[in-house]
Amino acid sequence: MEALFSLVVGVLTASGIYLLLRGRTFPVIIGLALLGYAVNLFLFSTGGLNTHAAAVIGESLSPSDPLPQALVLTAIVIGFAMTAFVVILAIRARSELGSDHVDGQSGESGDAK
Amino acid sequence: MIQHLITLPVLIPLVGAIGLLLATGAGDPRRRQVAIGLCLIQVLVGAWLLVQAAGGELTFYALGNWQAPFGIVLMVDRLSALMLVLTATLSLGCVLFACAGEDTRGSHFHALFQLQLVGLNGAFLTGDLFNLFVFFEITLLASYALMMHGGGKERIGAGLQYVVLNVAGSALFVVALGVLYGATGTLNMADMARRVAVMSGDQAALVTAGALLLIVVFSLKAALLPLYFWLPRTYAAAPAPVAALFAIMTKLGLYAILRVQSLIFVDTPAAEPITTWLWWTGLATIALAGAGVLAARDLRNLVAYLVLVSVGTLLAGLALGTVEAVGALLYYLPHTTLVCGALYLIAELIGQQRGKAGTRLVRGRRLLQRHLLGGMFLVAAVAVAGLPPLAGALGKLLLMQAAEGATRLWLWPLLLLAGLCALIAMSRAGSVFFWASYKGEMSSGRVSRPQLAGVLWLLASAPLLVGFAGPVSDYTRATAEQLAEPQGMVSQLFDDPAARVSGGITVTASQGETP
Repeated sequence: MEALFSLVVGVLTASGIYLLLRGRTFPVIIGLALLGYAVNLFLFSTGGLNTHAAAVIGESLSPSDPLPQALVLTAIVIGFAMTAFVVILAIRARSELGSDHVDGQSGESGDAK
Repeated sequence: MIQHLITLPVLIPLVGAIGLLLATGAGDPRRRQVAIGLCLIQVLVGAWLLVQAAGGELTFYALGNWQAPFGIVLMVDRLSALMLVLTATLSLGCVLFACAGEDTRGSHFHALFQLQLVGLNGAFLTGDLFNLFVFFEITLLASYALMMHGGGKERIGAGLQYVVLNVAGSALFVVALGVLYGATGTLNMADMARRVAVMSGDQAALVTAGALLLIVVFSLKAALLPLYFWLPRTYAAAPAPVAALFAIMTKLGLYAILRVQSLIFVDTPAAEPITTWLWWTGLATIALAGAGVLAARDLRNLVAYLVLVSVGTLLAGLALGTVEAVGALLYYLPHTTLVCGALYLIAELIGQQRGKAGTRLVRGRRLLQRHLLGGMFLVAAVAVAGLPPLAGALGKLLLMQAAEGATRLWLWPLLLLAGLCALIAMSRAGSVFFWASYKGEMSSGRVSRPQLAGVLWLLASAPLLVGFAGPVSDYTRATAEQLAEPQGMVSQLFDDPAARVSGGITVTASQGETP
């Protein structure tokens, strides 16, 4: 399970970073979202990967650590809000700058400075 | 009752922001009075905490009465109190300035401003790493909205880059926290400090990795060399009072580095690479930002590079790591923050009176109030370049005295050269603005009273920090001494250090398999 888990996190991170480095806003946002998923999964795994271990004392012999789950919840909420914000911002930038390039320059006569 | 007052720096702006959001029907004057009042109260609360902390007393507050390693603690030591006062002082100047009209160009300026103060104050108070992340996010979210306040092409374009970069930075922050939590099993800074101290082998290597990741994130916020390219454009595009407030944002990164370095990682294998990296990147930041200061064609860009010079100076000082150096940089920090903030405000005033030429370094119209603006510009320029009568010179002098041996060879020339660059660039900018102007009609855009009050409030710091140099430097020196003894904080938070440490190891060892 550990190998599969780390593979998933690794692939998500790599794809996220690749997309983050693209020039247009849409791939960048998808990249940020993928990076967010990778980070949340990683954070979730910091309490140790267990099966049949509910985070409730008394329900299982070795309850898992509840804190990473709480942290992931916080990180998900913040990440979700940020993604929504970036999407709106990208749409706004598209309409204001007339281009969805992150520099706001492609297709223009370089006036963006 | 009195022990709850430590939460006030977070609660006052939070409640105030909610109130400001709700009061949509209220006219602008009342909203402005409330905003100024909130900032004034924060200055007073900050001063009260400063007086309390000055005696060397550490104050802890367990939120919701959840005890230390499990719940979130707020803590006030000399460093936190200093940063709180600095934030409140800067924010009061910015809000005063914004009340001249900047706040009506978009919606909810004052509410967002207070929310940003919630994040800043919280980050300075918290003793928990994940809580630090949350407060960083609050600060950033408010800063995104503030930065694009009023809209416009340039702001949106620069804002998009700023947001994307910081969201990616936050992701890295969470990774670092995950690594550190996985290795130590705690997020409380003081608890982590005592667990890290007894670690070895693989766990120690993990902690080093997490520590370095954390420093990378904080360096992004502090705008250290390879990670500073977002700063000049962002700060130049932001509205003036916001840009002035952002002068504290880089110091937030610096504060975070100082805090984790001095408290958690000081005696671990991570300390050595951290200081080495900070030293060289700090010096390189000074050098490149010095060149940037000379190359800037716009006053706002120029000030952005001056902010970077100060960041490099402070981080190089931090890397020296001695009590003298940390004391010196803490003396230099308030001065450079307030003066850079004031410079942004002055730049806005100059731009306002020059019409189309704005703050670009080209010949423009004659300024309407050139004596007033020229005087303020002169004081700010002298202060920021670090020339003798004002506090900048004293701060740099203390820092240079703190450097010893081989470090002197690097720090002295770079620091002096950067000062020279700032001097040349500011003299050039001043002569263009105040002397090389067209004859003929003068522009409008008289400086209004709140604007003048905001600028003077911030500028007053330069002479005041010299006037009270003795007590201030004693305080910063004592702060550095307090930071140099993190055991004091750990043992005070956990009454019985010896017993708890052994308990800590057992928990840590069993962390991997059966938490």
